[in-house]
Amino acid sequence: MQRKFHSEQPESFEFSDGNLAWARKQLEKYPDGRQAAAIIPLLWRAQKQEGWLTRPAVEYVADMLGLAHIRAYEVASFYFMFQLRPVGSKAHIQICGTTCCMICGAEDLIDLCRRKISPKPHQVSPCGRFSWEEVECLGACANAPMVQIGSDYYEDLSPDDLSNIVDEFGRGRFPAPGSRRGRYSSEPEGGPTSLAVDNQKRPALAPAVALAMRTTNGGGES
Amino acid sequence: MPNLYKLMIDGHEVSAEGELTLIQVCEQAGVEIPRFCYHERLSIAGNCRMCLVEVVGAPKPVASCAMQVRDLRPGRDGSPPQVRTSGQLVEKARHGVMEFLLINHPLDCPICDQGGECDLQDQAMAYGIDFSRYIEPKRAVDDLDLGPLVETHMTRCISCTRCVRFTTEVAGITQMGQIGRGEDAEITSYLNSTLDSNLQGNIIDLCPVGALTSKPYAFVARPWELAKTETIDVMDALGSNIRVDTRGRDVMRILPRNHDGINQEWISDKTRFVWDGLACQRLDRPYVRRSRGLEAVDWDTALTAAASAISAGRKLSAIAGDLAPVEAAFALRQLIEANGGVCECRVDGAALARDNRSAYAGTARIEDVDAAKRIVLIGTNPRVEAPVLNARIRLAWLNGAEVGQFGDAEKLTYDCHALGSDIEGLRSYCESLTDESTSGMLVIVGQPALRQNGGDRILALALELARRGAGLLFLHSAAGRVGALDVGFSCDGGIEAALSGANVVFNLGADEIDIPDGPQVIYQGSHGDRGAHRADIILPSAAYTEESAIFVNTEGRPQLARRAAFPPGQARENWAIVRALSGVMNKPLKFDTLAQLRSTVFASVPHLERIDEVPVNELRPLPVRSGRNSPISSGSDSFYLSNAISRSSAVMAEMASLGNAKRQPERMAA
Repeated sequence: MQRKFHSEQPESFEFSDGNLAWARKQLEKYPDGRQAAAIIPLLWRAQKQEGWLTRPAVEYVADMLGLAHIRAYEVASFYFMFQLRPVGSKAHIQICGTTCCMICGAEDLIDLCRRKISPKPHQVSPCGRFSWEEVECLGACANAPMVQIGSDYYEDLSPDDLSNIVDEFGRGRFPAPGSRRGRYSSEPEGGPTSLAVDNQKRPALAPAVALAMRTTNGGGES
Repeated sequence: MPNLYKLMIDGHEVSAEGELTLIQVCEQAGVEIPRFCYHERLSIAGNCRMCLVEVVGAPKPVASCAMQVRDLRPGRDGSPPQVRTSGQLVEKARHGVMEFLLINHPLDCPICDQGGECDLQDQAMAYGIDFSRYIEPKRAVDDLDLGPLVETHMTRCISCTRCVRFTTEVAGITQMGQIGRGEDAEITSYLNSTLDSNLQGNIIDLCPVGALTSKPYAFVARPWELAKTETIDVMDALGSNIRVDTRGRDVMRILPRNHDGINQEWISDKTRFVWDGLACQRLDRPYVRRSRGLEAVDWDTALTAAASAISAGRKLSAIAGDLAPVEAAFALRQLIEANGGVCECRVDGAALARDNRSAYAGTARIEDVDAAKRIVLIGTNPRVEAPVLNARIRLAWLNGAEVGQFGDAEKLTYDCHALGSDIEGLRSYCESLTDESTSGMLVIVGQPALRQNGGDRILALALELARRGAGLLFLHSAAGRVGALDVGFSCDGGIEAALSGANVVFNLGADEIDIPDGPQVIYQGSHGDRGAHRADIILPSAAYTEESAIFVNTEGRPQLARRAAFPPGQARENWAIVRALSGVMNKPLKFDTLAQLRSTVFASVPHLERIDEVPVNELRPLPVRSGRNSPISSGSDSFYLSNAISRSSAVMAEMASLGNAKRQPERMAA
């Protein structure tokens, strides 16, 4: 897939005060003269701030690190996690399409997105709130099929589940991440067959879900 | 004594230093390893995989360009590590790599300018397979616009990244890069910007395929129909070693030759692309100015007119231009002095001292830049005056040398801190130096510093720096200057003394000077440029690609330029015209052939005979006089239109106007 800067770009970019302080702290992690190594975290932060990685953002980060713009562009265009085109304002849905998820119905989820959001990946829906793409394995194969939205995994999905999740986001709410078939995390369906004792003492929500619910109302940890 | 490691290459034992890579060791051992991305003068990328070799005991083939000798492990019995550069495994690896490289490479060799001198073509023949299994669609990539010099066909690119590494490391610009990944990886320039470097043409040579080709040379000739002549460049005073390719009488292109002491293997864009200027605005017959202006005449008429002008002149003076070869200058000096005239080659008024070789050729060599710890630029902008030397300074800077300048050069490709801005600053800097602080110091003095007011003081201070232990290199802007000074083509008082009161001026190709109204001017040159416009008699002569001649470069190294083509029309070699003129005047010079002339030259200036050797010049300091202080200038940044040949070149004119257009917004902002 061709990854270049989007044709329409904002005028400028600047880190918010909080992000700037965070970025400065990141730079201190590296020995003098090696600050360029912080490029991926900084670009990632810029993407979180804007939703996608704009050209001014890439140049801003490059200037901050004393790099030529092309060097930062090389990095941004290499990693698929950097969105070089605008994404939906409410949610960008990354559907895992690799083997396990595909066998368990990821193609139905993709069909749903084609109908509900946009006919092609990386297109923002007409309402401007959603976009989607198919990604490679996200490592939640035991809970296939699954999607990632922001920093959170929504697992064991049927097309209806995904449709509800999208609707929830559309209403401005933050649907709880995790399994949609009642699983606590990635244990076997129907309950654990071993180490069952510990399960009695566990908190009500799986740690990742609890963290997501606690820290944000949609956007994951920061 | 370096620590030597023993290893076996194809069964032969070799000893090598630990930091060498396998590809270098194989090269030393005379074993050829195919490669695309590896280049001796660039950093190691290791991404083409063509140089795979077998290391016995290693689980898979290793890239020989990225494997160092010291990283090899000996055999189990302690025997030296074994490297195999042929055999089944290596052959299979090469076949595989070749097949992958050719998957997306278009089969357009018949319409590709690289055809016939293409690394991919040659290596596919030598190491590839003779069929293709690939039936899927090939990818296509949009071409870039890199400017009027470099043409791109990016579909042909095999992503070796040589161009990216060259522009970043050697040329010092940051426009090129490789974006995307996998099949979509492409070489691009940031936001389609054109390249802003005077060395960009070198990426054409570096490109192993036809992705980057020469725009002016596009579809002009095939390599096998060109006659190749190894000669010397005169576009700057570096004396870059070049190869001139000709078809019939026409120069088709100019390529660099390797010379570690001068240009390594780079040449500037002016050197490379000036060749269209060799076919335009040429003086191809003699002219004499009559009532209706310049009229074409035959040689007899022109020489007779010149002879009678010289004989009748009360004060005769001769000036030599930037591109004058040694032989012509020597012959002309003999002719002029036999007629009681004076000679001068410092036409720009540069305060170079005559009769003191250390004060015009310096005491250092270009090579000394590499080892210098501190480089001091005095009134020079090497990026404009000698881009190849600039790349060398950048290399030294990358290796830790400090660069400072007296002057106002901007946009250098390395950090260059200001040491001072005027002559007084230079003087106090000079006085502050101790013998320790000048060790490893190299002073480079540019012509702009010597042309300005107080140039003689700057020269004396530079020699004083050299006396205190620094190396001294003069960066000349005229290829013929050092040679002309070597043969004594100068007089006391410089150009002003030479021209004042002169009523006949013999102008040997000097176009960068306004000869005042009054004297009768005999112009001998190759191009109808400024000098010819002022002339009363024009004697058409050969350009630098059209005669065998000696040029002495900026460090004082005599080099032999060879004839690649014949001069156009009735134009003749420079020395032959002077000889013929002396014959018409009945005072024939004492040589009839170039060989006789050369032996006369060598007899009077012996170091010129030692071609390609830099004579050691004894340092003879000049007294540092006091005088008025003035700022030191680094000259203008016009690069492309510096001599008659480049001013006749359409390509150079286009580059110059693009550069002006680019600078315009900056000026308006400032």
